[in-house]
Amino acid sequence: MKRSFKLQDLDCANCASKMECDINKLTGVNSASINFMTSKLTLDADDASFSEVLSQAQAICTKYEPDCTIVR
Amino acid sequence: MNKKQIRWRNRILLALVLFFAILICENTGLIELVFGSANALYAEFILFLIPYAIAGYDVLIKAARNLAKGHGLDENFLMAIATLGAFALVFFPDSEPHMAEGAAVMLFYQVGELFQSYAVGKSRKSISDMMSIMPEYANIMRNGKLEQVDPYDVPLGSEIIVKPGERIPLDGIVQSGDSQIDTSALTGESAPRSAHEGDEVISGCVNLSGTLTVKTTKPYADSTVSRILELVENAADKKAHTENFITRFARYYTPIVVALAAAIAILPPLIVGGNLADWILRGLTFLVVSCPCALVISVPLSFFGGIGGASKRGILIKGSNYLEALSQVDTVVFDKTGTLTSGTFAVTNIIPAPNFTEARLLELAALAEAFSNHPIAMSIQRAYKGTIDIHSIDSNEEICGRGTKVITNGRTILAGNDKLMNVNGIAFTPENFAGTQVHIALDNTYAGTIVIGDAVKSDSKQAIAELHAEGVHRTVMLTGDHTAVAEAVASSLGVDEVCAELLPQDKVAEIEKLLASNHSTNANKSKVAFVGDGINDAPVLMRADVGIAMGGMGSDAAIEAADIVLMDDQPSKIALALKIAKKTMRIVWQNIIFALGIKFAVLILAALGIANMWMAVFADVGVAVLAILNAMRAMRTGNL
Repeated sequence: MKRSFKLQDLDCANCASKMECDINKLTGVNSASINFMTSKLTLDADDASFSEVLSQAQAICTKYEPDCTIVR
Repeated sequence: MNKKQIRWRNRILLALVLFFAILICENTGLIELVFGSANALYAEFILFLIPYAIAGYDVLIKAARNLAKGHGLDENFLMAIATLGAFALVFFPDSEPHMAEGAAVMLFYQVGELFQSYAVGKSRKSISDMMSIMPEYANIMRNGKLEQVDPYDVPLGSEIIVKPGERIPLDGIVQSGDSQIDTSALTGESAPRSAHEGDEVISGCVNLSGTLTVKTTKPYADSTVSRILELVENAADKKAHTENFITRFARYYTPIVVALAAAIAILPPLIVGGNLADWILRGLTFLVVSCPCALVISVPLSFFGGIGGASKRGILIKGSNYLEALSQVDTVVFDKTGTLTSGTFAVTNIIPAPNFTEARLLELAALAEAFSNHPIAMSIQRAYKGTIDIHSIDSNEEICGRGTKVITNGRTILAGNDKLMNVNGIAFTPENFAGTQVHIALDNTYAGTIVIGDAVKSDSKQAIAELHAEGVHRTVMLTGDHTAVAEAVASSLGVDEVCAELLPQDKVAEIEKLLASNHSTNANKSKVAFVGDGINDAPVLMRADVGIAMGGMGSDAAIEAADIVLMDDQPSKIALALKIAKKTMRIVWQNIIFALGIKFAVLILAALGIANMWMAVFADVGVAVLAILNAMRAMRTGNL
């Protein structure tokens, strides 16, 4: 399943590329990309683990930018 | 500015005021006077900590938390170490105090961060303003009452009402009403178009004067507006080589500079001796320069600005990579019909063979072309005033690249070019008229020729000249037309080369030849662009380095196959797109060279002990701010 989410309070371009890099390493993720300019996360992950992946992705975002939240 | 930014700004202003007050007190000797010369240094230390803490407490907290979680090396951590280190130098009795510098670095770092946040927010907003073509509702007549519904919920083939001033929510055909339509959001064209019964209208345009009833021809997800929005929003996902290079570079840059900083602070004092505090300061200066933010923000921002600015002028670019490729285009290949010429054909001459009248010839031609929607066929149908009884046609067959064959009431009509006549062994008199000739034969007897002319677009010549001026060395025109006609058109436009009498599949081969010759001579550096109207040249659009489709309004095939879509059908937009691409790439390289140049210069100077922290903080946030300002120029395309 491929879905895109808005990222609230994404302020740092370098962090965005680090988040993208880390989310791509999660198991169950086929591909993830973060567009800093449109503050959008496009996540392509296995259906079964999608919500699990999403909460792990949120944890990664918080790690780099504490304010940054994935709007579901 | 949003609330968070305003609070941030006020905090920085307060810290700035305090900082300068303390700086003045220090320089006028007031601090020494109050605290006595013995304690003055420590008093200053405490005093400068106040604005420092006000401006940078959040940075310190973030740095501490990151450290606790075990992933340092982010910009907060680096900045905290650099500034705290500057303060800590006070404990080396034989060194100059650097508290003012420590506080100032934090202050200016925050000023720069705030500005970055503001600039990014602003460019995000101007992009989303451009995306304001999104329709919010559609009016539907239900039980005699007009209801507003989500365009998403409107089924295919429903009738919707578009009132003056409203945005057309879905693609469709006007059932009733007359109005003017503003297409500027899609095409950049300011003159309104008129819309009457039977006209096709495109979602995203604004209805200006009259109420229209529109029968929808597409569901919302496939309508022009949602496709365009999706396309532009996803454009930034296709990253250019330059962008990928910068991201990779950033990954190595920071650790290397930090390692160098540590080496400079520790190794020279151990090996050559000397003032430890001095070397530590040089190391701290390195840390300030170690964030690659200027590059990481400004390069994608430039591309995004270029894509956004282009879409304002009716040029949709599907990705940064295509913008980059477009800037390297050296050869532009045009399809003739619909691209350089208007593609609206009209019958210009009717030359019947002996035994045939003009009217009879035209009737035969109209019968032969009754089922075709090729522009030439349409023009013959328009020229024939009577009505065709399509039930009288027993069979019809299109002969690709040659013409058509129709059997009606037991008689065979052939309509097509020289090849069709030759293949069937029909003797005909070649005529010498400019235009496309359609020969007609009835039961294998030559019946005459109809000449169809195609007008050159008014700005085609200017477009070719502008492309040459922009450094395009080679322009090539591909066409299925006669060599004589093609050459006449090409020479009047100033096109360098012509390949005429091509079948559709020949065009791909022709492009491949051009690609091969281009790539062998200059090692992939320069690119070949193909411009077509997207109707039957999708394979060619895909094969070229950069495929440009014209007149993308409403044409799915064009939007799908091309890398760049020109929303209206003016060839001069090709030159404009090229200018935008070149400007964007210029800005990207300016930023890369400027940011890296300053950073390396400051690193070298710092290693030699010439640069101080003031210079370093300029090399970090000053450069980022200037690079962002420069990147935002890419959005301005109005004067190109």
